[in-house]
Amino acid sequence: MTTTPDKFLEISKVGIDFPTANGPYTALKDVNFFIREGEFASIIGHSGCGKSTVLNIIAGLYQATSGGVILDGREVKDPGPDRAVVFQSHALMPWLSVFDNVGLAVEQVFRDSKTKAERREWIEHNLRLVKMEHAMRKMPHEISGGMKQRVGIARCLAMQPKVMLMDEPFGALDALTRANLQDSVMEIQKELNTTIILITHDVDEAVLMSDKIVMMSNGPAAKVGELLEVDLPRPRERVALSKDDQFNHYRQQVLSFLYEKKGVVDFDSAKRKAKESSEPSIAAEKVS
Amino acid sequence: MSATSEPTQIGKLEQGLHQLTRALFSIDLRNMLLPLLGIIAFLALWSAAASRIDTSLGQFPGPSKVYQQAGTLWEEHQQERDKATAFYERQEQRNAKKLAKNPEANIKIRKYTGKETYFDQIATSLKTVMFGFLIASLIAIPLGLACGLSDSIYKAVNPLIQVFKPVSPLAWLPLITMVVSAVYVSDDPMFEKSFLNSAFTVTLCCLWPTLINTAVGVANVDKDLLNVSRVIKLPTFKHIQKIVLPASVPMVFTGLRLSLATGWMVLIAAEMLSQNPGLGKFVWDEFQNGSSNSLARIMVAVVTIGVIGFVLDRLILVLQKSLSWDKNAVLR
Repeated sequence: MTTTPDKFLEISKVGIDFPTANGPYTALKDVNFFIREGEFASIIGHSGCGKSTVLNIIAGLYQATSGGVILDGREVKDPGPDRAVVFQSHALMPWLSVFDNVGLAVEQVFRDSKTKAERREWIEHNLRLVKMEHAMRKMPHEISGGMKQRVGIARCLAMQPKVMLMDEPFGALDALTRANLQDSVMEIQKELNTTIILITHDVDEAVLMSDKIVMMSNGPAAKVGELLEVDLPRPRERVALSKDDQFNHYRQQVLSFLYEKKGVVDFDSAKRKAKESSEPSIAAEKVS
Repeated sequence: MSATSEPTQIGKLEQGLHQLTRALFSIDLRNMLLPLLGIIAFLALWSAAASRIDTSLGQFPGPSKVYQQAGTLWEEHQQERDKATAFYERQEQRNAKKLAKNPEANIKIRKYTGKETYFDQIATSLKTVMFGFLIASLIAIPLGLACGLSDSIYKAVNPLIQVFKPVSPLAWLPLITMVVSAVYVSDDPMFEKSFLNSAFTVTLCCLWPTLINTAVGVANVDKDLLNVSRVIKLPTFKHIQKIVLPASVPMVFTGLRLSLATGWMVLIAAEMLSQNPGLGKFVWDEFQNGSSNSLARIMVAVVTIGVIGFVLDRLILVLQKSLSWDKNAVLR
């Protein structure tokens, strides 16, 4: 099997059921899309639609009930550093310093392929990339939320993943910090040509950062509603883009998908769906 | 220039002094004065109540009588120590004389067998509780780890925990006594049997809080941290060492503190019940003795037991502070 450059990462007919007390709950059904190498893709959808579940399946943290994920010609079966994850909660070990948090990953991933000195240099290099080299010796509780997320990104980059999976990494940050971090991630992506999948519910963030936006319909049995290719020149500058017609056109398309085509128009059915899915989704979390 | 700056400097100094005294006073008020007030109020209440209670062993001892008896106990300890040194000196002289007469002589070295003083009993109890607690921790922490990591092990062990946890270890005491006498047979025993009986009783009650808290701590490690471990593919041993253990240290220590506190309480009861040496035996002997000083001496033991329990708890806290990453946790 050869990989066409178009299908560096292919998500093929992915479905997942979570067992609940009332029988299996189908969270995803027939999710199809692919991502090119070096592409920045966002998955957007209303909360609870299963976008994080898609990410977890790509990461190998969840097993798809049907279908599968193929990365660079190989099927994804379990978690691995080639699909490193940036968690919303930053997930830094509170008992390790910033340096050691990145070190934990580097020591494991490169224990045979790099010498001790090389590993050390590599850790510092990645902390420099996210502009955190000044706080290497600090403990996570001594730095701000935005800085913690930078360290999370450094840890992820340090694994040299084929694809970097970001699970609402800016969700818990204030608007200014978020903008700052978005710019940093775009800069790094441009420099390293990393393939990135970003889970988000922020329309501006999706349009600003992505080459491709995967819009997901509401669950249960959520699937890809629409795909949008964002063809804006990089580097992108948020202030200039806010007046750009093309940018606003893309933005309008995502908004119309989220608020007109799915969800809000049909209030009653949305409520019914929410009721139906509220119980199973709690059970699904427990299962995970 | 100096004329204008001097008054401001003095003003600053005064202000600083004022702040300093205020800070000191507020620290005193919070950290020293209030606990002191509490203790004084308690002593007053105790003293007032004691003077109104007449028992068959005389008036219930007030603080001053208890304090006086504490002194007596210390004197008795000193006298006993003097006797012991005198005994060993005599023995040495005797043996030296014998050897001078006949270098081949068979000399005997005997241990002093005077009665155990109050402070000997304290030392015995402390040794016993630490030994029992150590054994319990060595069993409970690994087992709790296994229960927290594996749902199957937890399901297998849980019914046993639930059934044995509520059993008072004192109910085990007769069984332990019989088993130790039957199994621990040695010509030159490293430990006294009575010591092992008490220690194993402590072990039995120290097991559960540590076991349960460790299991809960391990099972509730933040899922994202576990996912990080899966993504970087840490092998099982490193996963436990680098992620699970540090994350569950606070809960393990919660268990250890509960264990040691109950262990110390149970030990006193076990010593009373089985007449094994220790503070419990001291209390029981004094009660049986029934002199006019007995109640005051028992009260000394009550206070001692409380203070030692408190100090043991603080020791575990100090250990926790040095081992745990969570330096900001409110430790009470």
